[in-house]
Amino acid sequence: MDRVNIGWSKDDMAKLVANDIPDGSYVNLGIGIPELVANYIPEGREIIIHTENGLLGVGPAPAPGEEDFDLINAGKKPITTIKGACFFHHADSFAMIRGGHLDFTVLGAYQVSQNGDLANWSTGSPNDIPAVGGAMDLVQGVKNVFVIMSHTTKNGTPKIVKKCTYPLTGVAVVSRIYTDLAIIDVTNKGLKVIKLAPGIDKDTLINKTEADLIL
Amino acid sequence: MINKIFLTPQEAVADIFDGATIMIGGFGEAGSPIELIHALIDQGAKDLTIISNNAGSGHVGLAALLEHKRVKKIICSYPKTSFSEVYPELYCSGLIEVELVPQGTLAERIRCGGAGIPAFYTPTSVGTSLAEGKELREIDGELYVLEYALKSDFSLVKAYQGDRYGNLIYYKTARNFGPIMCMAAKVTIVQVNKIVELGEIDPEAVVTPNIFVQRVVEVPNPLHEHVLVSQNKKYPWTE
Repeated sequence: MDRVNIGWSKDDMAKLVANDIPDGSYVNLGIGIPELVANYIPEGREIIIHTENGLLGVGPAPAPGEEDFDLINAGKKPITTIKGACFFHHADSFAMIRGGHLDFTVLGAYQVSQNGDLANWSTGSPNDIPAVGGAMDLVQGVKNVFVIMSHTTKNGTPKIVKKCTYPLTGVAVVSRIYTDLAIIDVTNKGLKVIKLAPGIDKDTLINKTEADLIL
Repeated sequence: MINKIFLTPQEAVADIFDGATIMIGGFGEAGSPIELIHALIDQGAKDLTIISNNAGSGHVGLAALLEHKRVKKIICSYPKTSFSEVYPELYCSGLIEVELVPQGTLAERIRCGGAGIPAFYTPTSVGTSLAEGKELREIDGELYVLEYALKSDFSLVKAYQGDRYGNLIYYKTARNFGPIMCMAAKVTIVQVNKIVELGEIDPEAVVTPNIFVQRVVEVPNPLHEHVLVSQNKKYPWTE
């Protein structure tokens, strides 16, 4: 368990992402760790959160007992609305996504390749029930695609790879990767490390990454 | 006189035929017309093609329709949901045909079906397994995949309020696929929590214009899927 006290926690990662989202942005947050980003929007910034099932202006989770199951996010969890929120149907919601109107989406991933290919919807295993949701639309339509994920799988296999082995969600779509070990930009020259997590040195990062890195 | 009001879900779904293509609204349970689906189960139509974002949960609503083997094919984006038990079993035993569609492509295919547009190009799914076998086209240096519109014989939709012309308003995120599914059907059947008089819905606030709706039925206190699932209820009710 060499992870203890080194690297970033899920909440640290969410905070780093939130810090990089400018005031006034329209943002779609994926299911799971990306949802944490909403908890760390720095004070003084107004960020409008989009959920693809049909709402601009997602607010905090409702208090226990206050849930309305007709007011949910893309993960089908009860939510609230902020003042100034608006509802719309699915074709409008995905016109916002596919028409390039959203500034950021933050998604989880199984793998990211060194040219920014993303695999996050299926492991391709025969036991896996295939289900795609809005992932393929988000990666094609949103201006900046941020991935937030653990740097390796639980058994240490690198998730940042030369070429994805899992089924692709999109080709060359990722802009930036936040892991527990580093922040990495996808550039036309390759994967550029822009920040290392506390206690992580270059050699550790290289050892835990299959893709080539620019350090 | 125009009166699209039907008195019961049973009457509203009575003429749905074997082999029909049916769009069913809802994103998970939000917007799922559970009483209309239960009436359809009672009615007995089979060999249905269902177009819906999900594939139901527990043993009620859409999941119950699947469980009773009425559905030969489902066109959807995300058939696995927490508490989905029926679909995984049918899928793994090869008892249901599935066409998996990215969610935005699904919405746009339905919208186009209602708008008289037969097909469109989109970058969504280019380079992935979901684009395999589909026509690709380069436009301004980018690759796009050709996707065809979807239409239905019937759409089953849940809205919040409706009038006898079929004007509709929805409730929060339960709106989701409702408005576009109303547009894409030969016969759109809507359950509403409340039928109101003409003029009660402000014309500026109408979400689905009445021309897209053929039948409206009032279901004042619709069932909540998550409650039924937590109680492990099965439709038809056993007790």
